[in-house]
Amino acid sequence: MVESRLARYGLRLATGATLAFIYAPLIVIALYAFNERRTQTWPIKGWTLDWFGKALDNPGVREALLTSLKAAAGATALALVLGTLASLAVQRYRFFGRETVSFLVILPLALPGIVTGMALNSTFGEVLGIQLGLFTVIVGHATFCIVVVYNNVLARLRRVVRSIEEASMDLGADTWQTFRYVTLPATRTALLAGALLAFALSFDEVIVTTFTAGAQQTLPIWIFTNLSRPNQLPIVNVVAVLVILLSFIPVYFAQKLSQESAGGVPAAGGAR
Amino acid sequence: MNQIPDITLERVTKRFEDVVAVDDLSLEIAPGSFFAMLGPSGCGKTTTLRMIGGFEEQTEGRILLGERDVSGLPPYRRDVNTVFQSYALFPHLSLFENVAFGLRRRGVKGGDVRRRVEEMLELVALPGLGKRKPRQLSGGQQQRVALARALVNSPRVLLLDEPLGALDLKLRKQMQLELKRIQNDVGITFVHVTHDQEEAMTMADTIAVMNGGKIEQLGSPAELYEHPQTAFVAGFLGASNLLRGRPNGDGTVALDAGGAVHVPDGSLNGRSGRVSVGFRPEKVRIDRAGTAAPDGLNRLEGTVADESYVGVSTQYIVETAAGPVAVYSQNADPGARAHGRGDRVLLAWSPESTFVVDTPSQDEEEIE
Repeated sequence: MVESRLARYGLRLATGATLAFIYAPLIVIALYAFNERRTQTWPIKGWTLDWFGKALDNPGVREALLTSLKAAAGATALALVLGTLASLAVQRYRFFGRETVSFLVILPLALPGIVTGMALNSTFGEVLGIQLGLFTVIVGHATFCIVVVYNNVLARLRRVVRSIEEASMDLGADTWQTFRYVTLPATRTALLAGALLAFALSFDEVIVTTFTAGAQQTLPIWIFTNLSRPNQLPIVNVVAVLVILLSFIPVYFAQKLSQESAGGVPAAGGAR
Repeated sequence: MNQIPDITLERVTKRFEDVVAVDDLSLEIAPGSFFAMLGPSGCGKTTTLRMIGGFEEQTEGRILLGERDVSGLPPYRRDVNTVFQSYALFPHLSLFENVAFGLRRRGVKGGDVRRRVEEMLELVALPGLGKRKPRQLSGGQQQRVALARALVNSPRVLLLDEPLGALDLKLRKQMQLELKRIQNDVGITFVHVTHDQEEAMTMADTIAVMNGGKIEQLGSPAELYEHPQTAFVAGFLGASNLLRGRPNGDGTVALDAGGAVHVPDGSLNGRSGRVSVGFRPEKVRIDRAGTAAPDGLNRLEGTVADESYVGVSTQYIVETAAGPVAVYSQNADPGARAHGRGDRVLLAWSPESTFVVDTPSQDEEEIE
């Protein structure tokens, strides 16, 4: 299709504007992290790397970072196991209410975080009597992390796996060996992509965390509480940059993985 | 025959919900044979194959491999291997590991695996490609890998589910001959499912023509072609002319359109009422009307309605009192085509080339 020159430039402009709209504020924060002064004024007068050292020495930041990493790792692990099992069940068996299960697994992604948070808070506190802490944060995050693992794995299972599982059983592999040597490796990149996305989702979550963390502080919560303290502002900027980086990296690799396998794995039809 | 069949199906029925895919099927497949199940899609041939492989369980009946009842056993406990229609190669494994998969599951180790895999790759004419991934192979190569992978465990029976369906015509012809050679080399029983009658006739020594979940007729390609027992078989394997009539009781059939046709002794066995007599288009001699045909042949007069020259033969449609008749006349002699459109001709064919089938009731409805 031949577009007019005007349309071509128009589209480029729109794309540029969209990207600027999304990323300009992030760049501003990133620049402030290198600001020499404690107060934020634009344009920035002098540059320094000092705040990075100070931020990394700050015990509150270190503890919050550690908590965030633990929570994200825990939520990702839980999501991997439960999301994979759910996708296997939905893909492999026809059972009463299968579509409903699929819908219910996906729903938490759309459910407002504040509702999920309230609900978990009441359930943990009043019904189950579990003290709020790292464990409850992990469970809270897992509710929406499961979805991304589930979706990624299910898409892969639907595309390739049934026929090669039959081939595996045909060649003498029992159910467990088939899972171990065929299903798992064939879905490996989908699992990894799901895990990376889940990690990124958990790492920057605020709302559900505020309801489930109790005395624990994750990095986003730490930022939130320190934002109002002018003294801490330069360190907050540095931490924000850290969070941006730690979210970018997993999403970047997840996308790369999805692209690779989309082009790489032949569909069930093989050579056609 | 006191040899134990490799595969025995005893009154096997398979129902999906309320659809009967395979209907009370009994079958024995002799060791070392190249057996084809041939039929249109939905005739139950693939379902039968999948039941032998263990991917579907029969609703009724028994399936035996040798003397062992394998009903209810999972695929990995059956001594059969399958070449799947889609090949189903493992995308994450190299070609070598794809072929080695079956060996490794049986605990074969190290040098034995290497030796055996290389033997198999040699057999399917793919040596030296072991490091490639399936996606780096062409369709024909993938098909060979699938074959090597299925043969590596030396199964009692190899099942092939439309294995050539995804290949182009030239490659398909080549693979047909190659499959036959490989079957000869390894001596394993092959059970082959196809809807392509030419493929089945080229490769198989025994063919079961299936229709509606049942076997219509079972026999060698020549038997099925020369003596089809049902109108379905006559129509599915090659072309045939069917003329309706009624047995006279003296070894002839009186045609509805008048005249009588001699049929082979015994071909009317037990039949009474309406029948159809059939003969293949290439068995018919075509001569100018009024020519004296040799004695003892069946005759029919008609007018050439259509004539087309296709190189090895000229194909005529001749309009007769009993309906249109197809005739393939080989162009053995050089020179002119003998008969043009509108010419009166005499058709003659031997009673030995004539077969008798039940009148297809469906056919009758179509005509009216």
